[in-house]
Amino acid sequence: MTTPRAEEDLADARTQSPPAETVAAGGGGRGGRFAALGQGLQQLLAFGTLIALMIVFFIASPKFLTLTNISSILLSTAVIGILAVGTTFVIITGGIDLSLGTAMTLCSVVVGLMLSNAGLPLPVGILGGLAMGALIGFINGFNVAFLGLPPFIATLSMMLVCQGLALVLSGVKPIYFTGVEGFSKIALGEIIPRIPNAVLILFGLALVAGVILRKTILGRMTYAIGSNEEATRLSGINTRRWVLAIYTLAGVATGIAGIVLAARLNSAQPQLGVGYELQAIAAVIIGGTSLLGGRGSILGTIIGALIMSVLINGLRILAIQTEWQTVVVGLVVLVAVFADNLRKRRAEGGGRL
Amino acid sequence: MSQLLRVEGISKEFPGVKALDGVNFELDRQEVLALVGENGAGKSTLMKILSGIYTPDAGQIFVEGNEVDVTGPKVAQQLGISIIHQEMNLMPHLTVAQNIFIGREPRTGPWVRDGELNRRTKALLTDLGIHLRPTQVVGELTVASQQMVEIAKALSFEHTKILIMDEPTSAISIQETQVLFRLIRSLRDRGVGIVYISHRMEELRQIANRVTVLRDGQYVGTRSMNDVRDDEIIAMMVGREVSAAYASRPEVSGDDGEVVLAVRGLTTKSLLRDVSFELRRGEILGFAGLMGAGRTETARAIIGADPMSAGTVVVNGREIKISGPSVAVRHGIGYLPEDRKRHGLMLEQDVAFNVAMASLKANRAPLGFLREGRARKIADNFIRSLRIKTPSSRTTVKTLSGGNQQKVVIAKWLARDCDVLIFDEPTRGIDVGAKEEIYRLLNDLAEAGKAVIMISSELPEVLRLSHRVVVMSQGRVTGTLSADEADQESIMKLATQNIEEVAA
Repeated sequence: MTTPRAEEDLADARTQSPPAETVAAGGGGRGGRFAALGQGLQQLLAFGTLIALMIVFFIASPKFLTLTNISSILLSTAVIGILAVGTTFVIITGGIDLSLGTAMTLCSVVVGLMLSNAGLPLPVGILGGLAMGALIGFINGFNVAFLGLPPFIATLSMMLVCQGLALVLSGVKPIYFTGVEGFSKIALGEIIPRIPNAVLILFGLALVAGVILRKTILGRMTYAIGSNEEATRLSGINTRRWVLAIYTLAGVATGIAGIVLAARLNSAQPQLGVGYELQAIAAVIIGGTSLLGGRGSILGTIIGALIMSVLINGLRILAIQTEWQTVVVGLVVLVAVFADNLRKRRAEGGGRL
Repeated sequence: MSQLLRVEGISKEFPGVKALDGVNFELDRQEVLALVGENGAGKSTLMKILSGIYTPDAGQIFVEGNEVDVTGPKVAQQLGISIIHQEMNLMPHLTVAQNIFIGREPRTGPWVRDGELNRRTKALLTDLGIHLRPTQVVGELTVASQQMVEIAKALSFEHTKILIMDEPTSAISIQETQVLFRLIRSLRDRGVGIVYISHRMEELRQIANRVTVLRDGQYVGTRSMNDVRDDEIIAMMVGREVSAAYASRPEVSGDDGEVVLAVRGLTTKSLLRDVSFELRRGEILGFAGLMGAGRTETARAIIGADPMSAGTVVVNGREIKISGPSVAVRHGIGYLPEDRKRHGLMLEQDVAFNVAMASLKANRAPLGFLREGRARKIADNFIRSLRIKTPSSRTTVKTLSGGNQQKVVIAKWLARDCDVLIFDEPTRGIDVGAKEEIYRLLNDLAEAGKAVIMISSELPEVLRLSHRVVVMSQGRVTGTLSADEADQESIMKLATQNIEEVAA
């Protein structure tokens, strides 16, 4: 499997942007609002790791902390970050979504068919992509909540279905948006000078998602279902409908990612996509969201996604082979899960008397 | 000398908490020593020190007069100390024999000698008078039988002379308890010293020679069971007189309360047959019966957690079709499950989160936003009125004691303002002091006009609180008793009734 980041190279970075402040604001809500102090700790740990990585790479190569490079890092975080933000909800419910990557590809192919082939207006194409994402999420949610399929299986099959459909619909050929006025601006335009729109979309989405997760009933349900689905149900809550809503919402994020990716590449690449889901899930986990459900945050996910981008970018600057970059990311995920376990074990050993 | 185990001045501190502070106790050969104390009194910490999981900060442990250093579980085993934990540590897919000798199987090279394994197990079980086959799969046994397997496993270590049992009867029936007690007595008679941790006073009476009381990590005292009254033990545990402990049962309310909930002909595929009863405003309706009689199943069917195959539920005079818990809650029926941790609470979340769970609609702002401040204020009010012992509404529920966790579940339903509350084993795993508070709460709720169903396996509890008692056996209602008619004998008679007799 080639790392999806290889394609990220296609888009060259020309922009600069201020990093840290935007990141902190993007997460929405402070960590550990009602979960234990531990969640804040995990985020702090992730944040510390991010800073440490940046310092290490800066010492190793002064090229690392140039504005050009930082904005390149942010741009390469966008697609994975958007996917990760959406799937954070699914993972907090205790679920998992393996169809993210190919579903994203299918969305971008659908947008391509509508805009390039059918020549529909831009807004219609965008809505089409979002609707496709929502539909895929809805079907996933239905299969999980109403048919009782394990999320792993339900989304694994969806992953294959989407992959196949993307290839069939596109005729196994890339669809180019060259004739579509302004499409690539969605990702690469700069409404705010020197910040590519893709980055704005990521942080805007993160902000909205953070608010939803922390401040709304939907967010409350996400945590509740992940903490204890049966207790939630016995509290008189129709958990099925909420699970359906959460998967659908995550599907919309997948649609956004599909549009942003297509805009960045100025094409829909039907063979791309596999592997993105694992990168997104890895980002969520590095950010301290528990795979067991009930715990997690958008801020953590953004930090997790940035850690992965920084790592890959830094390794590339140090001229380390792509293949080894993948190995390193794998090890980072391992360390993140291990750190989380360690923290949990300590909390249980001392806290319970 | 007859002294088996002596613990002197054991202290253990965790960051911010002094879990044990100079605790002493001694255990003689051929003795059952009851160790009691409220949750958080330090029993578990003490047990973990004895089994080598924790190292004490100060103090000494003597086994048969020799000072020992219990540095790990393996050392504890070699010293002859075995612990049977509250949660079973058995592998459900393995057989009895495989469980007992796990990691110590008789082997030839890499191969396990199954014949030898089963023979040894059989010999052990026969010796202990446990009627189980070595080849039975543990997951298919009853909880009580699994407990027997745990005991057999503990005693399969040759040196075992000290057996520590942590609330062994919390999940088994009255008859099974008697079987367990017979086993404990026979172990005692052959010289094993037993530390028995339990909250149930009547059990201590049956089994224990002496009782040692801990409170807030401190040693309160040791008494001989023969010359201490129950209320004295309780007073030692809670540090104050609990006069209400033996208060008389509630005033029998007349039949004038209107019927809030009527269940007719409730039948499920698996167990329940034609269950009918009525529940009135202001009454506590006790549900008695043996394990597996169908009480919890009845509750779950009423709230729609499990499907019913026949029968009707009438709430406030209107027949309703309850297709799921959300419908039941909409009609004001709240269920407080037997297994709080698994079905009632989000342990990882804080108190306010849990309290708000059933009443989120009332705290909804436009756009689906949650009025978090308001929800928190409601939680704070309940923390005060129910006297929930917690540092704040932001404290994770996992860290609270059983009694306080139960109060959080109660607060959840009070916040929803349900008319009908179904309590399933409301005091299971809750210490004596907190039990009293739960009892008082149940009484208050009934007096305030709520209709309460209380399912309980503890007869004294049923007798003390209920205005009427429904008795179930094998999925059917075998009788409904008024408070005057209900006593231990009448209930047990109905609870053990065979369905064939009823039909005849």
